[in-house]
Amino acid sequence: MNSNRRVNAVATVVLLLSMAGGIVALNAVDHIRRGAVAQQALYFRSSRVLRRLSLGYTGLLADIYWTRAVQYFGEQHHSGSGDFRLLAPLLEVTTELDPKLLPAYQFGANFLAPKPPNGAGLPGAALSLTKYGIEHNPDQWRLYYNLGFLYYTEFKDYPRAADAFARGSKLPVTNAYMPILAARMAQHAGEFDTARMLWFTTYQGTKEPRIRQNAVEHLRAVQVDEDITRLEQVIAKYRAQFGRTPTGMDDLERAGFIHGTPADPNGEAYELKPGGRIEVQHPQKLFFITKGLPPGVEPPQPPRIPEQPSK
Amino acid sequence: MNSRIRSIAFNTFREAVRDRVLYNLIAFALLISAAAILVGEISIDIEHLVVVNLGLTAVSLFGVVIAIFIGIGLVSKEIDKKTLYTVLSRPVRRWEFVVGKFFGLTGTLVVNTFFMALGVFLALLYVAHKFEKADAWVLAALYFIVLQFLIVCALSLFFSSFSTPLMSAVFTFALFIIGSLSEDLRGFARMTPGLAGWIATGLGYIVPNFSAFNVINQVAHGDAVPGRLILLNTAYAVLYSAMAVSGAVLIFQRRNLK
Repeated sequence: MNSNRRVNAVATVVLLLSMAGGIVALNAVDHIRRGAVAQQALYFRSSRVLRRLSLGYTGLLADIYWTRAVQYFGEQHHSGSGDFRLLAPLLEVTTELDPKLLPAYQFGANFLAPKPPNGAGLPGAALSLTKYGIEHNPDQWRLYYNLGFLYYTEFKDYPRAADAFARGSKLPVTNAYMPILAARMAQHAGEFDTARMLWFTTYQGTKEPRIRQNAVEHLRAVQVDEDITRLEQVIAKYRAQFGRTPTGMDDLERAGFIHGTPADPNGEAYELKPGGRIEVQHPQKLFFITKGLPPGVEPPQPPRIPEQPSK
Repeated sequence: MNSRIRSIAFNTFREAVRDRVLYNLIAFALLISAAAILVGEISIDIEHLVVVNLGLTAVSLFGVVIAIFIGIGLVSKEIDKKTLYTVLSRPVRRWEFVVGKFFGLTGTLVVNTFFMALGVFLALLYVAHKFEKADAWVLAALYFIVLQFLIVCALSLFFSSFSTPLMSAVFTFALFIIGSLSEDLRGFARMTPGLAGWIATGLGYIVPNFSAFNVINQVAHGDAVPGRLILLNTAYAVLYSAMAVSGAVLIFQRRNLK
């Protein structure tokens, strides 16, 4: 091997080893500095300072902050720490840099409002974010929908929810369900139908697969809760008529209260337990249900989303 | 434009496009446009926004860097290589030399912008699979970016007419930063009473106003750019460039080239 070849070979080996070593070292550094990226992202909390530093390229900076907010949420959600302290400031800076960045309001409120581990458990911050969004984008029906949704699901404030849906329904471009939702909120009637309509509108209003999947899971949960509520009413009627609790679904069918064996959205039959309690067979397959759970079992939550959400 | 200015402009363009650094910068800007697709993937629902914001920001910033680095060497290189004497010994006036250099540089930047913009539109097509009507406003943002280059070219030429390349780069880049914040400067002037207010007002009008040329975020959201703004920005860019080039001509006319 001549000297040139030797030098080339050594240089190649050193290059590859250094590259591999660099990757290992960087991973080790990342491990001990977990969360540092988001912390750095908030080194400047003032959007005014950031505006000046961006030399006017605020749109790009807002996109970067939004991406950081998504990554931060994904990371905290994945780790299950339940610590979302930086989420609200990240979203605040994002929307102040670009007040027209609609995904930051729509998904940001979804990240902020639900209780941990599914969200930050900050419905107040979600409300402020959505109101700020409406202030700067008064022609976007989705933001009024989000506001009504928050008032309904997080605060059970029906008059305010009705007002938000009604305001959104009067916009030139709106959704057909908005006036119906406003009316339902005003009447405070038909809880299951209202919930179904809300989640269906959420499903329709986005192309984001994870948000759609979340809406589908909620729609399935609403179906289970409604089925079990009806079955409980049927059992109460049976008790009133026969003076005893039915021992199985057969009793209800023989008495003509039901036709066939009722089943959950997975096609698995509901079980009638001693004492007249209705349970689903596999609660771990039905996220967000509030009824039909065996005693002592917590409402199941969907699997944690990946660390870095991808489309 | 007379034939002498045209010849100088054409030669300046030809010389600039031979520069390898130029291609590296264009390649890097195109790479950033491609990277915008990846950034969109790791975020939620902002693919289109990121491509426009990141793509146009890359076109703008890399264009400014190209304008500065080519512009500052236009005069000094000719002096160092002694080619300026050959040019001026022919029936070419000094002002024609400066104006020709300006047009040659702006021509180079227009062609560069075309290729970088092509990258942005290809990235847009990749993420959206089709062009929307509102995407046409991206062309307005690109036009404003070209107007911005016009001013940067004129400024780098102005500084290079009396200063070293390094100092010209520093002066032009500093003016680019101050110009990007010029709205703040005028706002500060409005709030400041007395002499300081007058000085700030004067500075606010002397430094170029680059912030008015930045409509990137606006077009990223598909918002229209008012025709009046296009007209006034064009007038402002042409007038400001004319002012800077005239300044360069005045200095170059008096410069001792011996």
